[in-house]
Amino acid sequence: MLAGMIVVGMADLNAVKAPGSLTTLGLGSCVGVALYDARVKVGGLAHFMLPDSKQIQNNSNIAKFADTAIAQLIKDMERLGASRMNMKAKIAGGAQMFAFNATNDNLRIGDRNVEATLRLLRQYNIPLMAQETGANFGRTVELYADDGRFVIKAVGRGVKIV
Amino acid sequence: MGGFSADKIFNESHLDVMKELGSMGTAHAATALAKLINRKVTMPVPNVSWIEFSNVAEFIGGPESIVVGLLVSVTGQIQGMMMFLMPISSARSVTNVFLGSDRAVEDEYAFGDMERSVIEEVGNIMISSYLSSLAGLTNINFKPSVPFLSVDMAQAILSVPAIEFGKMADRVLFLESQIQVQAEEGKENVDFSGCFILVPNLHSFYRILRALGVE
Repeated sequence: MLAGMIVVGMADLNAVKAPGSLTTLGLGSCVGVALYDARVKVGGLAHFMLPDSKQIQNNSNIAKFADTAIAQLIKDMERLGASRMNMKAKIAGGAQMFAFNATNDNLRIGDRNVEATLRLLRQYNIPLMAQETGANFGRTVELYADDGRFVIKAVGRGVKIV
Repeated sequence: MGGFSADKIFNESHLDVMKELGSMGTAHAATALAKLINRKVTMPVPNVSWIEFSNVAEFIGGPESIVVGLLVSVTGQIQGMMMFLMPISSARSVTNVFLGSDRAVEDEYAFGDMERSVIEEVGNIMISSYLSSLAGLTNINFKPSVPFLSVDMAQAILSVPAIEFGKMADRVLFLESQIQVQAEEGKENVDFSGCFILVPNLHSFYRILRALGVE
């Protein structure tokens, strides 16, 4: 982790210009979405917990849901000079941390978060460049705004750069 | 329940009652563990906290600290989750007590089938003791599932109960209590500590409080 790297917490999001960088630690069933505009070197990272703000009563924290978090992330990046037309996405997380019976919808939350993310990216016409999701392990990710590289680390599985 | 906000609803006396409940549950679990491994087990006063999502992993060494988590889903009259979290070294201590300490460990973060079933079974006994004491106190029926095991980053493991709570509130209610095995003269030291986290859903939380006469 670089000095000056901004940590995005659970139910949190942030955007930076180059040479800034962002990280979010220990994504489990949550999803981390990294958006990047290479033309202006602006990157954004969101770490959300649930697929849909409209299905939940208590939804004041916009960074908690895929729909509201991605919308806000795009706005924050546009404020830094990025354009949605030039954004590309890389995503990670959405694991099923415990081997529950996968037919229970509540416990398939990781899958549902990933499905919602893919649907939203299609709606916004943002191409998906890399996807490291699912399985049963946690992931830490880093996004570097200088070149848009997305680094994924998992316990005992080394480091992957996409 | 429009505009319903859990953030405003918990007060100090609610949290005190939960703490007392956690204390009873942990005492039962500690007794069960003490019998199982024939050692003295201690427990400090539990913590009950109403914490931000971004801080869920702070009490267990931070988001990336690697822990062993056991998760039981609770159904019946109460819906929620119960977890037992411990450092890797504690899980190794448990497997050493039951399987002997002369086994080769190939991968620090991986446990074999036998080791996993020992950890699951010990967790099962402790969690069941905890919940049965809660059932006795509240006269509410708790139905625990079999335990599920995960060895991973604390934040990744805690995302599971946090998400469950996230459906209802912008914070998580953690009822967290520690247990520790004491060193004893003449007995081999068992390095063990861990903590229970009870995460009832909001309706169940009120049901528990009502059963104890707290409104």
